[in-house]
Amino acid sequence: MTVRLPLSELAPGDRGVIAAVDGPEGLRKRLAALGFRAGRAVVMMRRGSLCGPLHVRLGTTDVALRPAEAAGVSLRPTETAGVSLLPAVAPAT
Amino acid sequence: MKRVALLGMPNTGKSTLFNRLTGSQARVGNWPGVTVDLATARVLVGGHMVELVDLPGLYDLHGFSEDELVARHFLEAARVDAIAVVLNASQIDRQLALALQLKALEVPTLVLLNMADEARRYGIEIDVERLGTGIGLPVAAISARFGTGVPEALAKLAHLLDTAPHPREASVRAALAEDHRREEEIEALLRDSVVVPERLSEQASDRIDRVVLHPWFGLPLFFLAMLAVFQAVFWLGSPMQGGVEALFEAVRRLALEPALAPLPVLLRGLLLDGVWAGMGTVAAFVPLIVVFFFFLAAVEDSGYLSRAAFLTDALMARLGLDGRAFVMLLMGFGCNVPAIMGTRVMRDRPMRLLSMLTIPMSLCSARLQVFVFIAAAVLAPARAPWVLFGLYVMSFAAVIVTALLFRGRFASAEPFVIELPPYRMPTMRQVWMRGWVEVKHFLRRATKFIFLGVIAVWLLTHLPSGAAPAGPDTIAGWIGSAMQPVLGPLGIDEKLAVALIFGFVAKEVVIGAFAVIYGLEGDALAAGLAQSMDWVAATSFMLFTLIYTPCLSTVATLRSESRSLGFTTLAVAWPLALAWAASFAFYQGMRALGF
Repeated sequence: MTVRLPLSELAPGDRGVIAAVDGPEGLRKRLAALGFRAGRAVVMMRRGSLCGPLHVRLGTTDVALRPAEAAGVSLRPTETAGVSLLPAVAPAT
Repeated sequence: MKRVALLGMPNTGKSTLFNRLTGSQARVGNWPGVTVDLATARVLVGGHMVELVDLPGLYDLHGFSEDELVARHFLEAARVDAIAVVLNASQIDRQLALALQLKALEVPTLVLLNMADEARRYGIEIDVERLGTGIGLPVAAISARFGTGVPEALAKLAHLLDTAPHPREASVRAALAEDHRREEEIEALLRDSVVVPERLSEQASDRIDRVVLHPWFGLPLFFLAMLAVFQAVFWLGSPMQGGVEALFEAVRRLALEPALAPLPVLLRGLLLDGVWAGMGTVAAFVPLIVVFFFFLAAVEDSGYLSRAAFLTDALMARLGLDGRAFVMLLMGFGCNVPAIMGTRVMRDRPMRLLSMLTIPMSLCSARLQVFVFIAAAVLAPARAPWVLFGLYVMSFAAVIVTALLFRGRFASAEPFVIELPPYRMPTMRQVWMRGWVEVKHFLRRATKFIFLGVIAVWLLTHLPSGAAPAGPDTIAGWIGSAMQPVLGPLGIDEKLAVALIFGFVAKEVVIGAFAVIYGLEGDALAAGLAQSMDWVAATSFMLFTLIYTPCLSTVATLRSESRSLGFTTLAVAWPLALAWAASFAFYQGMRALGF
């Protein structure tokens, strides 16, 4: 049994592999078009101040989204982004 | 004539390509089944005259945003001979899905891999031939910004059109069921024809973002950048403005006055003091607008505007808006009209209406013209920049008050998910084209309004005949006096009231109106204004002009975008009430403090 973690809980610099994307259909379609699919690696680049949006990276795509929207994306925390086609760059801290 | 639809996700350079292919020949037109205007242009492709239609950016052919609906309805209602879909080569992994969705429509489709140079910088290699074979569609690699590969792409499009069957409506709905099968197909295509490095190198964008999106310095840096842009606009624009004014005066003195001498006094006055003075007033402010839009285009093209949305979202969410609304508000500082049209990127109608209600509070370039003129004429040079800056602050304050008051009425559940594209050096060509198109658009709209407005002012201030121009016995004078019980407590006298009435037509008319109402021009007009009001009255007048009622073009856009007369009425009435309250508070407060 894998432990699932919402994307919104990731700390800056951490990475994970997407396990599932939940939410209303419109949001899921938009997220899918931006590259949020099961098996893709995602990196938390930074979190906006004042509980602002999150800056995440999937491959070569950078996306800003609010924590509420990111909560629907669940991850398997991992050290290596094995399945991803486009491994993301690790942000400098 | 063949019809080709240009499609692509946002941030793929689709519009850049459209501009490159069409120059500035594009026009906007209505299409059956589609609720918005689409840009189209005629281009010669091989032996075919092609009507190229620029469809709004879409992420998913079956998505729910207004833009996605527009694109879908267009494909269903209009017969297209071919589709050209622009994909960002560096994001090919997720963008291929759109190409495959389009392929399912069974309309001849050309895949354009844009930004191949950016992909190379990431170390991504794409075997274009193999990809084309794998996907079953012709593929061409291009750079829309620099034009490389575009002739070859057009040749492929021409070949596609040579062999294209008769156009028919695409059946998007039938293709919908296939969506889930596509993921495996994409994986296979990518494995076969795309090479991705194990680890991506750190890009210049990352280093810039670390500074620009810094948790503490990000926002102050953003406001500093905006302040710098406005300073630069004045520094560059003002000398050019003086040159245009001098030119108009010279033409009047050397050519028009002698030529019109034989005409009756009233007609000569109408032509010289109404038409020519009004045109001169418009023309003198063109340089300022040109420079402003060049800067705005550069900021927009660089990718910084979406960072501005990221930085400001935390604040905007509290107002019931999102970062995209903030970007549109910024656009509104150029002109409210395109900003209101730009709210289409927001999929949620309540939030879209709320942004449309707040955008007219943005201090647009037309209002800036009025403020710069009055500030230069009436305010001490040391005070003028602070008052102008204060007006920008008031503009934001009016937005905040409006959003807070109406956020309950326009409550929204719109998701905030936007792309942050890598920073790109804006090309001169793009900046120039954007600036030029905006100026052309502004002039076309503004000239008509200003022309009619200034003539109307001249007539109102000179009729009935025999009355002293703009005096208390003219129609305008009567209106000004009638408004005094309302406007007097704001420090706005009869003459200024008349100018305000014509500001309804377009804000920039206010200065044209001054020229006629005071019967003065240029430096003499500035001196006349300085005599008739002190800095408190001038600032109160500017505050009122800032907020009261959007200009006629903005009202027309609000009406056409909202498709609601009730909303349009609210968008006209609310600012009027807020303007009165703000000016009253400022003027009476300052007088009470002894200024």
